[in-house]
Amino acid sequence: MLLLKNIYKAYCEPDGTQLPILKIAEFRVDRGEQMLLVGRSGSGKTTLLHVIAGISKPDEGIVEIAGRDITKLSEAVRDRFRADKMGYVFQTFNLLPGFSALENVLLGMAFTRNAVSVDRARELLKRVGLEHRLSHRPNALSVGEQQRVAVARALANKPQLLLADEPTANVDAGHQQQIVDLIRETCREEEVALVMVTHTAEICAQFDRVDELSNINLIEHSVA
Amino acid sequence: MSLWKIAWRSIQQRSLSSLLTGLSIALGTALVIIVLVVHGVVAESFRDAAQGYHLILGAKGGKLQLTLNTVFHLSQPIENVPYSFYKEFTEYKDAQGKPTRGKYASAVEVAVPYCLGDSYQEFRVVGTTPDLFNKLSYGTYADGKPKFYEFSQGKNFVANDFRGAVIGAVAAKKTGLDVGDRFPITHGLAEDEDSHVHEEDAFHVVGVLKPTGTPNDRAVFVNIEGFYLIADHAKPVETEPPSTKDRDHQEQTSRLQAVDMMLARLIADGDLDREAIDEVKKVESLIGEMRKAFASQLDDAAQDVAQEEEPSSPSGGENPDAKGGLAPLPENQREVTSVLLLLKNDVFSQILHNKINEGNVAQAVYPSREVAQLFEGIVGHVQTILLILAILVVIVAGVGVMVSMYNSMSDRSREIGIMRALGAGRVTVMTIVLFEAILLAVLGGAVGVIIGHTSIGAFASVIADNTGVTINFLELAPATNFGGWWISPELVLIPALILLAVLVGFLPAVVAYRTDVSRALSHSP
Repeated sequence: MLLLKNIYKAYCEPDGTQLPILKIAEFRVDRGEQMLLVGRSGSGKTTLLHVIAGISKPDEGIVEIAGRDITKLSEAVRDRFRADKMGYVFQTFNLLPGFSALENVLLGMAFTRNAVSVDRARELLKRVGLEHRLSHRPNALSVGEQQRVAVARALANKPQLLLADEPTANVDAGHQQQIVDLIRETCREEEVALVMVTHTAEICAQFDRVDELSNINLIEHSVA
Repeated sequence: MSLWKIAWRSIQQRSLSSLLTGLSIALGTALVIIVLVVHGVVAESFRDAAQGYHLILGAKGGKLQLTLNTVFHLSQPIENVPYSFYKEFTEYKDAQGKPTRGKYASAVEVAVPYCLGDSYQEFRVVGTTPDLFNKLSYGTYADGKPKFYEFSQGKNFVANDFRGAVIGAVAAKKTGLDVGDRFPITHGLAEDEDSHVHEEDAFHVVGVLKPTGTPNDRAVFVNIEGFYLIADHAKPVETEPPSTKDRDHQEQTSRLQAVDMMLARLIADGDLDREAIDEVKKVESLIGEMRKAFASQLDDAAQDVAQEEEPSSPSGGENPDAKGGLAPLPENQREVTSVLLLLKNDVFSQILHNKINEGNVAQAVYPSREVAQLFEGIVGHVQTILLILAILVVIVAGVGVMVSMYNSMSDRSREIGIMRALGAGRVTVMTIVLFEAILLAVLGGAVGVIIGHTSIGAFASVIADNTGVTINFLELAPATNFGGWWISPELVLIPALILLAVLVGFLPAVVAYRTDVSRALSHSP
């Protein structure tokens, strides 16, 4: 499903020197597999997710998703590919404040080739327990509810790969497990591969596969 | 979810700034609408004012002045032309009562004389004939049919009613004159220092015109026969050189006076005896009788002249019983200020125009041409400047939209980043921003059109009361030629606003296009 090979990415300093931030020999996630990515702050976890999503392009290497190397695609095609094949859950939920819960979920389908389905959006919100909050704006929702809307939005376009960047970071301890359960359960139901970044040790213990992004930015594979 | 809806939600999210920028566009658009509609109606009013006849004839002088005081009832009237000149365009009866055709009458459908120079309150008084309202029109409807004068009250005055008057719609409203009311007119214009009121020569209102939207709404029309009879309106009769017979009479009278004086001096000095004095008294008696005889002969001669000069008005109406005991003014004491000429065929206008202007008596002007020049030369420029200012207001409002959107882009970078992460391409987010600008411009413009027309509707009655120009609430600005297509400029306004929106939205859209997604997403909300 997802294959990264010989990935290298560096930032160019103002003085012209290259600062490596990502070095990955190989990274693979199978269809429907759920894995956890851990690492200290600044280790490049978010950058790696951006590279996988096609938001950032690696300086070297290939990013193959569903058999297609997205580094070879033009930016426009890559954007469309992302809209069709991937879902993204942000650390800070990133719901658009002017849109209702239902509209935020619909936004997840707005940029795909597929038709926008209000029924699917309703169904997803029902699945995350928000069928009674469809018309509420984000500022009228609790933090937990906002993240559930974000999960529903990420799954709206029936993705093959879900990227979740610390989805429980801003959620209180009582709700963290609910969010993780929700993401894992819905991914399982929809056969979506999951790459989740987290710092929370309790959550690490629940995953069969946990990879660590070390300070030198090399992936070390480990199984919990 | 369509991009339009995403753009609309974005506008809603920034409701206050969207409201203010939309309002600025609305006000600018309202201003453009008001200027366009008023400009169109005024232009139409100008055109209508000079329609319905081919030529204006008047004394030699400024063409514009003749047009101004005849068509618009403005400016000081120029000199008059002889009544005999006016008769050349009419059919009339000569001194013997024989029907006679004036030199140019065969080409003329109707010639309407104007006598100007008097006023009632702030309104000009026009001495004219009933033909003005019976035979002339004042413009055309959209289907090309002529507009004829109609009366809201009463009817047109008749030729025999020397003191009959018709009041324009605005003049009637302002003066309060109604059918049956009597009013005196002022000799001279209201602004003249030496003007004075003819209390003894009052006219009575027989009709009130319906609004025409022309300057005639602001005028008072009286029967020209009554106008002539007002004190000081008769042209002074020129003193002709005495005939041989008159000179003989005068010489003999002078001699008799000299003899009379000489005899009186001799008597006073005591140089004559009694017998001589008796002889002198006989001579004085004889002188007195001779003087009486000469005076009688002079009176008879004067009466003969008066009979020869009895008028034969081309407008008819010589029935003395219907004139309220008034006798018409002799023709040699009449003049006219101008003449409106409706010809039987358009081709005659050029011929008559040239013929009259070649002569020394009068000039002929094309009213429509003069009015068009006046409009384009003065009024049109003012309107154009107003229109340019109004368009500038819209452009400034558009720049306001651009500044507002541009400033918001840094706040929106995260929002754009989220949409990009969800799969929106650069062109998509750019389109959403452009759609926002278009929505603001179109909605602001639509509100502006409503505000503009509502304002016109609100002030329509005030405008009509003061100018006679009636403006309909829903009246679109008159059609203008856009590359061969005659369309109301109002219909072009919305597409123009869309174009403006695309222009002003382009810079913020480019900012959206260039947003770095990784950086935008890494910023804290």
